[in-house]
Amino acid sequence: MKTAVITGPKDNDFTIKVGNVNGTGSASANTLLMKVLFRMGIPVVAKNYFPSNIQGFPTWYEIRASENGYMARSGRIDVMLAMNAETYQKDLACVAPGGYLIYDSTWPRHNVLNRQDITILGVPLSQLCNDNFASSRARILMKNIAYVGVMAALLDLDMEVVRELLNQSFASKAQLLDANQLAIDLGYQYAKENFECPLPFKATAIGKTDDHIIIDGNTAAGLGCVFAGATLGAWYPITPSTSIMDAFRAFCDEYRKDPVTGLSNSCVIQAEDELSAIGMVLGASWNGARAFTSTSGPGISLMNEFLGYGYFAEIPAVLIDVQRCGPSTGMPTRVQQSDILSCAYASHGDTRHVLLFPANPAECFTMSVQAFDLAEQLQTPIIVVTDLDIGMNDWMCPDLQWDDNYQPDRGKVLGADELEKMESFHRYLDTDGDGIAYRTLPGTHAKGAYFTRGSGHNMYGAYTEDSDEYKEIVDRLLTKWETAKGFVPRPELHGTDKSGIGILSIGSCHDAVLEARDRLAEGGISLNYLRVRAFPFNSEVQEFLDAHDRIYVVEQNRDAQLRGLLLLETKVEQDKLVPVLHYDGLPLYARFITDAVRTDLSRGQAA
Amino acid sequence: MTYMRRPSVVHPGLPHNDLGLSARDYEGGISTLCAGCGHDSVTSALVQTLFELNIPPHRVAKLSGIGCSSKTPAYFASASHGFNSVHGRMPSVATGANSVNRDLHYIGVSGDGDSLSIGFGQLCHAIRRNVNMLYVIDNNGVYGLTKGQFSASADVGTTAKKGEVNIQPPIDACLTALTMGCTFVARSFSGDKQQLVPLLKAGLTHKGFALIDIVSPCVTFNDHLGSTKSYDFTRQHYHPTIHTDFIPPAEEITVSSEDGDTISVELHDGSRVVLKKTDEQYDPTDRNSAYAYLQKHTAAQEVVTGLLFIDEAKPDMHETHMVVEQPLIDIDFDTLCPRRSALEKIQNRFR
Ligand SMILES: Cc1ncc(C[n+]2csc(CCOP(=O)(O)OP(=O)(O)O)c2C)c(N)n1
Ligand code: SF4
Ligand SMILES: [Mg+2]
Repeated sequence: MKTAVITGPKDNDFTIKVGNVNGTGSASANTLLMKVLFRMGIPVVAKNYFPSNIQGFPTWYEIRASENGYMARSGRIDVMLAMNAETYQKDLACVAPGGYLIYDSTWPRHNVLNRQDITILGVPLSQLCNDNFASSRARILMKNIAYVGVMAALLDLDMEVVRELLNQSFASKAQLLDANQLAIDLGYQYAKENFECPLPFKATAIGKTDDHIIIDGNTAAGLGCVFAGATLGAWYPITPSTSIMDAFRAFCDEYRKDPVTGLSNSCVIQAEDELSAIGMVLGASWNGARAFTSTSGPGISLMNEFLGYGYFAEIPAVLIDVQRCGPSTGMPTRVQQSDILSCAYASHGDTRHVLLFPANPAECFTMSVQAFDLAEQLQTPIIVVTDLDIGMNDWMCPDLQWDDNYQPDRGKVLGADELEKMESFHRYLDTDGDGIAYRTLPGTHAKGAYFTRGSGHNMYGAYTEDSDEYKEIVDRLLTKWETAKGFVPRPELHGTDKSGIGILSIGSCHDAVLEARDRLAEGGISLNYLRVRAFPFNSEVQEFLDAHDRIYVVEQNRDAQLRGLLLLETKVEQDKLVPVLHYDGLPLYARFITDAVRTDLSRGQAA
Repeated sequence: MTYMRRPSVVHPGLPHNDLGLSARDYEGGISTLCAGCGHDSVTSALVQTLFELNIPPHRVAKLSGIGCSSKTPAYFASASHGFNSVHGRMPSVATGANSVNRDLHYIGVSGDGDSLSIGFGQLCHAIRRNVNMLYVIDNNGVYGLTKGQFSASADVGTTAKKGEVNIQPPIDACLTALTMGCTFVARSFSGDKQQLVPLLKAGLTHKGFALIDIVSPCVTFNDHLGSTKSYDFTRQHYHPTIHTDFIPPAEEITVSSEDGDTISVELHDGSRVVLKKTDEQYDPTDRNSAYAYLQKHTAAQEVVTGLLFIDEAKPDMHETHMVVEQPLIDIDFDTLCPRRSALEKIQNRFR
């Protein structure tokens, strides 16, 4: 077996990490740096590691330029911009051998804080800004912009693009534009005069980002809800899901508000808690609207009772769960995929929920639309299970697509005319044999009235405590579950190798898995890869499990929840599934997977 | 089948309302509550209310939580959709339903356990949002369905059937509602249909959240000596402070104002409530005075009843959320979806 080469940075293939203190306005500088690369046609992804605190805590921003378009965290840092004295030691340690560290040399560093295997470059950023800007606020803010100037020189960034971006950002604020341009120049000039520019790796325009956008998953999901025709968003604020409703509201204000009256075609209600938020969604969906809520793990815990109600009383609902690091409050600003099981079986009793697993912001858009169709087709809550990495980080994605011929699928809903012609209506009759009964909406017709309840009911919708009648209902729900398998998005298969070794993964692991697969292939290990995109698992998942002898199940939680779900819901043998678990709260990176696979394979050879 | 449907026998002589419907058309399934349960009287008052208000049954949405009281929406208006939700969470379901279809008549039925314990938060927030609905609390001082434990409305010193004494102070639904900004606050007694029906009519017609706290005795667990929610106790301490008449839009006001002052409040659809005070000090349009009066008389163990407070002017949820007049469910998809051209424009911000 060939060992894989760990490649260092190259042109258009490097990672920059910026260490800041939060609340100092570094976000716009960091975004600017990332956007310059993007506009130069270099695929780029940004990972923001921020604290669960408003001001004064350390925060990091990682920008990965990747000619091949890998959107996962790179797992190595080539340039560290160490702007936070407090984390300097840690930041110094994280730089890959041969890499660079840039710090504010206005204040000299202690000798101890040194490394021989990297290059340390001091730039008197504070000094430069103090000399050139009057207000203390400007001095702090412009220091950030100045390091973008330094990076522009070191990476040979296209200064035209930098100017263009500044012009756009400050189109109506000439004063700010001048200040920002000056700050860029200060950093740029200093680097040019004092260092050898560019570095051995630099940015060169390659035109690989045409027809792509930079977007975070929450914005994309909020946009999807607008396009799907949702009219009620009910929510309770929680990181990392909040920006979904922010986006939904902003797009609704833009596209659904009467400019004269100020009245809107949609309603956003900030609920008193998550129980109420999901209750509102069920009430609105029962009434025939497309309604959704967004939350994260703690909210899922609270919504359990109502989710069981939605399942049993068969009410559509859309819920977007942006997973964060649990258990309990956990680490709210760190990522995990640890709600898989709690979403799949949310609530007491025999409940199972349809889950969709987007892998990137583009899929957040498409799947949020799909979720509304599925919810109405299947008359049940649909949970879009995304995570903080997808939801809050800026990813490069192909342009979002929209077909103007799209019409919402409202599922089996009887209108007034149909009811008028019917002898009688009964809510839970499986007339089509697919486990999905016809429903009616309040206000339509007296014949359509029925009493929605979470207590035992029979197929006529009436209260029951009769064993046979009860079983009829819960067994039909299983039929519906089988139907759902044909409705949900199919898994995505990569590779048709005969090696018998596979990787199975989910959601935001996707890009790291793709990259790991490429690296392993270079070392002579070929693996087929199946990305599960929904629960229930359909036959293609079973086929993949059957076709491989050893399958690495890659996921981001401690307890191998996806693996557990596969064991419960498919006919796979336990020993076949090798867990590869990353759960420290930071996004997964390819080397974590390649190391795990190599170790496991060599262990197998030794035995 | 284990559920009971009422036999559909038509009595030719029954009176009909403007829609040509008889009171029978507003009835529901046969009640499975204990014989004599106060909740059944509330149900029959609701039947009369809907019948007399000429509301098409299918334009009514009935919602409830969990409890004996919350079962009652199954016992009236079987031609209306019903939503028997989970314990204490009906207000959120009603809020969501109402937010997307403001044209239905929403009736929530709850219990003192459902509303004042597990669902207290949701009740307060629905009041705060001024959700346009009638919200009835069948208040019996106990959890009937779980066999008679004290509820949060039980008075200190009340004894349970088996002798246990309640030590936790009560929460008064009407005082709470007044504090939360409720725009229609009333109290009544399931045994006084004369008073109850006009209150229900006014509450259902009121634009905003109308709370009616109805003492509704639980004959099985809380109708004994030592209970302050029994028929006997309530009758002895019954104190109708404000006599309420409901006058539909077209009718003339013929109520005389012999005893005490008469106040007439116009509701948004042109109907009126005529309030006759039995106590001169009382002003049902002044929240503070209503609160002070209620607190004083409740402390004296009087069951103060009638329409205690009304404010018809406060904006409801739709107005505060700046939502269009048209029910959101009636807006067609092409209006809601920004379309491809808009998506392209939006995406240019992300380049
Ligand atoms: C989450 C939850 N906890 C507990 C219960 C059990 N439970 C059912 S009804 C009820 C109390 C109902 O009291 P109230 O609302 O006063 O109604 P009543 O029966 O007195 O009319 C309780 C505690 C439940 N159904 N759900
Ligand atoms: S237990 Fe009490 S509240 Fe329940 S039905 Fe019987 S009398 Fe009514
Ligand atoms: Mg009770």
